[in-house]
Amino acid sequence: MTTLEGTPNPEAPNPQLPIVQKLRIQYAKRGRLRFTSHRDFARAFERAVRRAGIPIGHSSGFTPHPKISYANASPTGAASEAEYLEIGMTQPCDPEQVRGALDSALPDGLDIVEVVIAAPGTFADRLEASSWQIALPGVSLEHAEAVTKAFLAADEVLIERIMKRGPRTIDCRAAVVALSARLDDANSEPCAILAVVVRHVTPSVRPDDVLAGLRSSGGLELKQTPIATRLAQGPLDSETGTVGDPLVFDRDAS
Amino acid sequence: MSVESLFPRLEPLLPTVGKPIQYVGGELNATTKPWESAEVRWALMYPDAYEVGLPNQGVQILYEVLNERDWILAERTYAVFSDMEKVMRDNDIPQFTVDAHRPVRAFDLLGVSFSTELGYTNFLTALDLADIPLHAVDRGDDDPIVLAGGHSAFNPEPVADFLDAAVLGDGEEIVLAISEVVREWKAEGRPGGRDEVLLRLAKSGGVYVPKFYDVTYLPDGRIQRVVPNRPGVPWRVAKHTLMDLDSWPYPKNPLVPLAETVHERFSVEIFRGCTRGCRFCQAGMITRPVRERSIEGIGAMVQNGLDKTGFEEVGLLSLSSADHTEIAEVAKQLGDRYEGTNTSLSLPSTRVDAFNITLANEFSRNGRRSGLTFAPEGGSERLRKVINKMVTEDDLIATVAAAYSHGWRQVKLYFMCGLPTETDDDVMQIGELAKRVIQTGREVSGRNDIRCTVSIGGFVPKPHTPFQWASQLDHVTTDDRLKKLRDAVRADRKYGKAIGFRYHDGQPGIIEGLLSRGDRRVGRIIEAVWRDGGRFDGWSEHFSYDRWATQTEIALADEPVDLDWFTVREREYAEVLPWDHLDAGLDRDWLWEDWQDSLNPDGALEVEDCRWTPCFDCGVCPQMDTEIQIGPTGKTLLPLSVV
Ligand code: B12
Ligand code: SF4
Repeated sequence: MTTLEGTPNPEAPNPQLPIVQKLRIQYAKRGRLRFTSHRDFARAFERAVRRAGIPIGHSSGFTPHPKISYANASPTGAASEAEYLEIGMTQPCDPEQVRGALDSALPDGLDIVEVVIAAPGTFADRLEASSWQIALPGVSLEHAEAVTKAFLAADEVLIERIMKRGPRTIDCRAAVVALSARLDDANSEPCAILAVVVRHVTPSVRPDDVLAGLRSSGGLELKQTPIATRLAQGPLDSETGTVGDPLVFDRDAS
Repeated sequence: MSVESLFPRLEPLLPTVGKPIQYVGGELNATTKPWESAEVRWALMYPDAYEVGLPNQGVQILYEVLNERDWILAERTYAVFSDMEKVMRDNDIPQFTVDAHRPVRAFDLLGVSFSTELGYTNFLTALDLADIPLHAVDRGDDDPIVLAGGHSAFNPEPVADFLDAAVLGDGEEIVLAISEVVREWKAEGRPGGRDEVLLRLAKSGGVYVPKFYDVTYLPDGRIQRVVPNRPGVPWRVAKHTLMDLDSWPYPKNPLVPLAETVHERFSVEIFRGCTRGCRFCQAGMITRPVRERSIEGIGAMVQNGLDKTGFEEVGLLSLSSADHTEIAEVAKQLGDRYEGTNTSLSLPSTRVDAFNITLANEFSRNGRRSGLTFAPEGGSERLRKVINKMVTEDDLIATVAAAYSHGWRQVKLYFMCGLPTETDDDVMQIGELAKRVIQTGREVSGRNDIRCTVSIGGFVPKPHTPFQWASQLDHVTTDDRLKKLRDAVRADRKYGKAIGFRYHDGQPGIIEGLLSRGDRRVGRIIEAVWRDGGRFDGWSEHFSYDRWATQTEIALADEPVDLDWFTVREREYAEVLPWDHLDAGLDRDWLWEDWQDSLNPDGALEVEDCRWTPCFDCGVCPQMDTEIQIGPTGKTLLPLSVV
């Protein structure tokens, strides 16, 4: 197949409309669509914006990009109730209408939870920690409690993580603010559920790292593939070890 | 029988395989229906990876046409990569559909779309994973009817043993007709079992059921004859032709994948068929006559497709899109309509003339002028006559001059190597042409940074073309010619650096040749290669020539034929070709004459395009009861409706 290519806009003077409003968006990755990678999501979201006819701003220059900034995306395979992004608008819009329009333009399983008008300030700074739930199908509560205890008792739990430049040893203990286990009663088979609050540090400590730490420090034995779900991310209350709602400032401001 | 989703069993395994998103479905505009709601159920397969198969228009169209009927359900399945294949085997998970993750074996029909022959081994993997017996004769009443379509189904003989049926040509109407037959047979309580429903399909004249035909061979290995072995089964099976594209505006709800695919755009087929008459081109020969979609139809489909998908790019698809009678208006009006919306347009085109540049300029109106592609196909003028690609060297130079002077910096030229009558010299001419192109480009643009990329594919003779009798060039000579050409281009001080050179080596083409013009004996080879681990033959990193060559030798050890016999051997007029009983509408004698015309010692005779000259009797229209449907209509794109 041969193609004649035409690329949009670029060289021609391309004055883009100014941004008049910023919206912050909380979205969820649910069910089978938890397997979308961050890049997959970004493509789907841009298409949803176009389908929904949202007046989004574009960068000027050679290839204009829609003004979307993502904060701290969860790893592929993890479900999430609390992912965030920000978009720049060329016309002020009602946040609830934008929520509805985007949600129906996205496939089921990629769901828009809430849209608010952004108050000033850097949003990323508010995302201090994440609260994760990790289901461990086939693992008994006793076992889960034992490994949790061993992990919490340690000052440092070193694990190996494959990074772009090869394997690297990191401590996954320090970032864990809270960790507890309970039993999933909805399930007929035993299934322990871990609740873990992790501070956002660099390099980040992800659910897989915590599980690796539980293996090395307490001898966690997995029966099946665990499923991690991010329940919240936001400001950390270090006294209670809980994660707050990062949009509360924006809601209050408007 | 209710059928459960395999997803709960699959889900815990997905984190262990590469790109799991390709197995989960959930695309925008996908359809899932309750199992019980349908009387006839189709699994549609594109036998390549999801990222290649999902964008396929043929499958998307059939998926939608079938699902629009409330009594039919259609789901999709693709080839799984080898890591997933292993996981599925280890955990006893059968081949599944991505829509509702139902096991393929539970469906009434498995429709496989073959746009290339290189999907045959993947097809066997899918059958095996689905737990469907590989050989049609071993299948029972609980197995789906395995049916092939797509361009390669015009010679399904190499996979005949694995198929229950094959369909030639456009699928829209015939899949519905097949569904009716299956529905009726099921409602009657499946009288006569599998054979009865296949017989009903065969008797209709539009479905080829290989096992109802016996093939006998002469002592020297040629086919003696192909005869129906049941009463009522036709001697020849005809292709299907969809008329009036405007009443079939599919896909209406194009699938938008989450995973990244090879073709991220919304495509509108602006016409079907091509009558330029390039002698090497199977697609052009088997899709006649030309049937255009009207400018209004195109306008409506583009708008609908963009609204429903959110894609940024629209492709205007066909075999030679610049040949649409109203393409200039289409380009201009679409440019106007989408000006300033960051929507880009593209069209595949092989034309080598100034008109193409005008169009390309229109398509890139507000944009960057990066690269343009032309397909002269043959290096020398003599050879271009042989293949009936009527482009003179001066045409080509004038065209590229126009391109460079309009600000295009890069020109890509597409050629073939191994065409009938070709000599070393014809191929060396490609280099000379490329040098002239650069020289002209530098002159007209006054710049030194212009480039020309020469891309060369190996010619593979295909069934139902005038070259179906031709000898394929052996891979050693192919590689040798290409090496000489490359060395000559590289050695050129003045232009060498400005010329890029892309080519494939000759070996894969030989296997494609075997699969294209093979007969039923080739099925053994495909099976042996597959058993030996052959997968994804269209991917150079997975393809193994040695495996194919070795298995061919073993599988044909007791036959008077071998790999060369199927590929580099020239055929005679009287030889029964494996696909002679399959009717693409083309008159065999017309094809033969065209083949002889190409070989005329005083220079090949050229054939005009029947769109703008009187009919030259290729046979298709009277045989298939079809006609050329072209504009201009003089109408305009529909205005955008105001939301
Ligand atoms: C877009 C396109 C691509 C895209 C997208 C491919 C894709 N996944 O669909 C890309 C760029 C990736 C591509 C790649 C290649 N392509 Co391409 N491609 C095309 C193009 C321009 C359009 C295809 C299309 O959508 N047609 C429209 C649909 C509706 O037609 P269709 O698929 O044939 O389906 C209809 C019927 O065949 C039938 N049907 C199809 N399947 C089934 C199944 C059943 C059960 C039934 C009953 C009926 C049925 O019903 C459908 C509706 O009527 C065609 C040219 C053309 N206009 O056809 C070339 C073409 C199909 N490609 C071709 C080739 C050679 C290739 C490559 C091998 C190139 C290469 N060397 O790498 C690869 C192979 C990729 C692969 N593994 O499949 C050739 C095929 C050669 C041949 N058979 O003679 C064509 C014909 C171009 C040409 N003129 O040479 N291609
Ligand atoms: S222009 Fe030639 S190569 Fe292209 S589709 Fe038509 S016949 Fe085939």
